[in-house]
Amino acid sequence: MPTEVPERRITGQYAGSVLEVNHLTVSFDHTVILADLSFTVARGASLAVIGPNGSGKTVLFRALIGAIPYKGTIRWAPGTKFGYVPQKLDIERDLPITGRDLLRAKLTISHAPKDEELHALERVDLGQEVLRQPIGTMSGGQFQRLLVACALIGRPDVLLLDEPAAGVDAPGQQALSEAIRRLQQDEGVTTFLISHDLSVVYRYASSVLCLARERSCLGPPQVVLTPERLSEIYGTPISFHLHGDHGR
Amino acid sequence: MDARALTVCAAMAVAAGLVGCFAVMRRMTLAADAYSHVALPGIGLALVLRLNPLIGALVALLAGSMLIWAIEGKTKLSTEAITGVVFSVALAIGSLTATGEELIDALFGAPGRMTIAETVFALVAALAVIAFILKARDRLLVSLVSTDVAIASGIGVKSLQLSFLVAFAVTVALGMRYLGVLLMGSLIIIPATVAKRLARSIDAMFAIAIGSALVSTLLGSWIAALTVRPSGPIIVAIAGALFFVSLLKS
Repeated sequence: MPTEVPERRITGQYAGSVLEVNHLTVSFDHTVILADLSFTVARGASLAVIGPNGSGKTVLFRALIGAIPYKGTIRWAPGTKFGYVPQKLDIERDLPITGRDLLRAKLTISHAPKDEELHALERVDLGQEVLRQPIGTMSGGQFQRLLVACALIGRPDVLLLDEPAAGVDAPGQQALSEAIRRLQQDEGVTTFLISHDLSVVYRYASSVLCLARERSCLGPPQVVLTPERLSEIYGTPISFHLHGDHGR
Repeated sequence: MDARALTVCAAMAVAAGLVGCFAVMRRMTLAADAYSHVALPGIGLALVLRLNPLIGALVALLAGSMLIWAIEGKTKLSTEAITGVVFSVALAIGSLTATGEELIDALFGAPGRMTIAETVFALVAALAVIAFILKARDRLLVSLVSTDVAIASGIGVKSLQLSFLVAFAVTVALGMRYLGVLLMGSLIIIPATVAKRLARSIDAMFAIAIGSALVSTLLGSWIAALTVRPSGPIIVAIAGALFFVSLLKS
């Protein structure tokens, strides 16, 4: 069973936490989005955040990066650097901005050496041609991987990805998932991933945080992603298919 | 035109081109036009108090920037909507406080010699705006793409937003002498829109916007001096012509 305690404190499975969240409450216009949420995340973990629309997944990420006001405490380990891949951009993609423009801007802000530009592209399996390409001409998969590459500049220890594969075709999703898996497993980057693709969550996450109005919970995917539990979270029977495996 | 006026016009055009790139990319185009009207009550008040209208315009624009920024921080309203409200109120107050020929000059620009004080102010202000945009371009770019990415990268988004609005206000004030505040918004928007159509990268966008603003301003000022007509409308007409030429690109 996933760890659920009366105080809604839910705990990751690793020692040495990178993040401690205590009694986190976020409200907008008197509507409570996240209520009294407490959990810790271990360094090097791969945490997937799931839940129905409106359960506060993006709100949680925005609170974690300090973009919105909240009550309670959020404590990152001292010196933690994070990269963030948002669900939505604030702009249309029809602007004269190339891959190089984006990466260079992030390099300057992060005071990172220039060679990180190419290294970041390699880490997400992107060719150098995207450097000259305007972002509006990139495919969905290319652009999402460029955003991940951008987030990787400055060598973050923590990567927060908000539905990075939304709107990306199947091969693009596969490439993106593989890149994220490598970052977490081979390079020890702690990853926080919001995803509606439960098969990806099952395959790649070490822990799953499910946000639901009534009962939030945290546990390994094998325990959280059961038909009964998912039905409870989403309020409707849910099944998902594991690629190359039997369905659940 | 004398060398002093040419230098000021060139500096103003470069500042307008650069500020315009981010204004256009942030979809502030209509707001940019309305923004220039915020100067009106300041100009009116300065004329009543027998001060240089430029001082009044600058104070009103800076106050307007602070107000827009403060309301933006408090509400979820867009810059465009807030500017629309502030602009309408400013126009109403301005029309009550000012009338006369000097006001028309301030709104539409007037040819003539600048004082040394005006020249120094214009050059310093233009250089400050240019330096700000070039120094902050990466921070502006990342916060343009995603405010959340900017915050996660440690950028002080709110103070950056205020700095940009102030740079914008100063640029509008800069244009008061030759274009008039009503037409300065156009010099900020049109060259940057031309650049957005033609460029494939940020550097190219900067270069095309600056080039278009310079051509419009210098050619327009020259024609205005030859024909003894107000410079503002001619400058904007040339910028508009460049935009229509840019439409030839498929």
